[in-house]
Amino acid sequence: MKGWWWKGFAVVLLLYTVIVGLRTPLGPALVHTSITRIAPGEVSLEATGYNTHFTTGTPQVWLENDGQRICASQVKALSDATLKASFIVPLGLRNPMTSLRSWDALDGPLVLHEAFFTEGRGTGIAEGNCAVNETPRSGFAFPDRAILNETIRNLFFHVPMWFTMMVLMTIAFVQSLRVLRTSDLDADRMALAAVHASLLFASLGLITGATWARATWGDWWTTDPKLNGAAVTVLIYAAYLILRGSIPDGHKRARLAAIYNIFAYVLMLVFIMVLPRLTDSLHPGNGGNPAFSSYDLDSTLRAVFYPAVTGWVLLGVWVYTLNLRVARLKELSDEANDG
Amino acid sequence: MRPAEIAHLLKLEWQLDRRQKHAWGSMALYVVSTIYICYQGVRHLADIPIWNALFWIILLFAAFNALGRSFQREDQGRQLYLYTLASPRSVVLARTIYNALTMAALSLISLLAYVLFIGSSPMDHAQVFTFILVVMAGGIGFALVLTLISALAARAGNGIGLMAILGFPIVLPMLLSVMKASKLALDGMGWDVTGKYVLWLLLIDAITVALAWLLFPYLWRD
Repeated sequence: MKGWWWKGFAVVLLLYTVIVGLRTPLGPALVHTSITRIAPGEVSLEATGYNTHFTTGTPQVWLENDGQRICASQVKALSDATLKASFIVPLGLRNPMTSLRSWDALDGPLVLHEAFFTEGRGTGIAEGNCAVNETPRSGFAFPDRAILNETIRNLFFHVPMWFTMMVLMTIAFVQSLRVLRTSDLDADRMALAAVHASLLFASLGLITGATWARATWGDWWTTDPKLNGAAVTVLIYAAYLILRGSIPDGHKRARLAAIYNIFAYVLMLVFIMVLPRLTDSLHPGNGGNPAFSSYDLDSTLRAVFYPAVTGWVLLGVWVYTLNLRVARLKELSDEANDG
Repeated sequence: MRPAEIAHLLKLEWQLDRRQKHAWGSMALYVVSTIYICYQGVRHLADIPIWNALFWIILLFAAFNALGRSFQREDQGRQLYLYTLASPRSVVLARTIYNALTMAALSLISLLAYVLFIGSSPMDHAQVFTFILVVMAGGIGFALVLTLISALAARAGNGIGLMAILGFPIVLPMLLSVMKASKLALDGMGWDVTGKYVLWLLLIDAITVALAWLLFPYLWRD
């Protein structure tokens, strides 16, 4: 059978996505401190890391306030993920928030932004002798971000679902245009097969999105414009199927369904592009929230994301061709039974 | 498609509606009785978001009810007759304009009845002129979007039920933005804040009319 190679390619890409996307560790990060407020004088705290190697990496720890550093007077690794540090905090730090930073040979530079409220502020301090090492870590790992943490892997599953859905809906749109131009019933079958496949991917997108939202936002569903757009899209194509179901005559069904599909597809594109820009959104990539690309400084996410998108889109097209073959065979067997 | 043809069709619509006065009466009655039922449930509402949401829900269902009959009243014979006389694009444009005028009037009637029964205290600090403008723009927007949907549902041989299913997801984003704009107007925000919502509504309106104009000929022939 010619033309099967892209199916093999899709399988390889998706295997790569699942294995590398789920097996790659997150990079080390500082995630917690035992205190949230520092005052001038002696301060001692416990910091918690994730995927860190404090016992073997000989960590350096320092506080940073508006670019000024205070190095720890004493650092002791309690385990790979916890360390104890003491500081002599001087009077006069400028910024209300102070960050905690560290470096060790295995984990490279780490930071917990705005970890402490600062007391006893002034116009700046005289920096002591505090030289720090900032040699970056080497190795392949995904970035670890506050709140997102391990859910960052959802990027390889949730986002490509919507890309695939849009590709399939575009196929349905083009086939609907063909229906109106030629009244070809086979084009109508193609549009229907594409809509069925796109609804499958929309459901997967909703499931992966809701699970992610539960983990990060604390709720399965919110009234976010991006989510409203997704709901409208699914409702439109469900309505498309109901419209088809209510018309018995094949040619009339093909034409009316094509008209609705074209009308709905164009309006849906407008909604999806404009709606999130009109109101605030919590969704990454909207309304001032950074898209994941801004976390991906060393392109480790991209190394999985691009293959994932390609793989899922190819899989979607594959599902579509299978749907179409089933529909055509059903048509043939119906004709044979009638004859 | 000629302007004279559209004007003629508009006149025809007007005459038909004047002859069937019950059609207008039924629309007004639908709105008033819905509002009266809400009044029985809530008496006077002072809460702005609820007042606003309830009004838009009533107007939305009034629009479905009013526009659902837009293509329903044609029997097969008269449609065939119209088909031989006028170009389909004139028919859809005339029907769209007529529906837009109907909905502009109906939204004002609804607002009046709503204020009478449910109370006007949420409008105390409102930009009244902007608010009325948003209400009319919303009503006209519903009319433009639902005209083609109404034709589709009528051609599918399935009345208001199918129209609600087909129309709801398409109207929803428009409803969200007019609700937001009217809420802002009620909170006393001026045109500088609500303006972008109305402009966005006009954009959808323009695209909708263009699509209806392009697609209707395929719907019209049998």
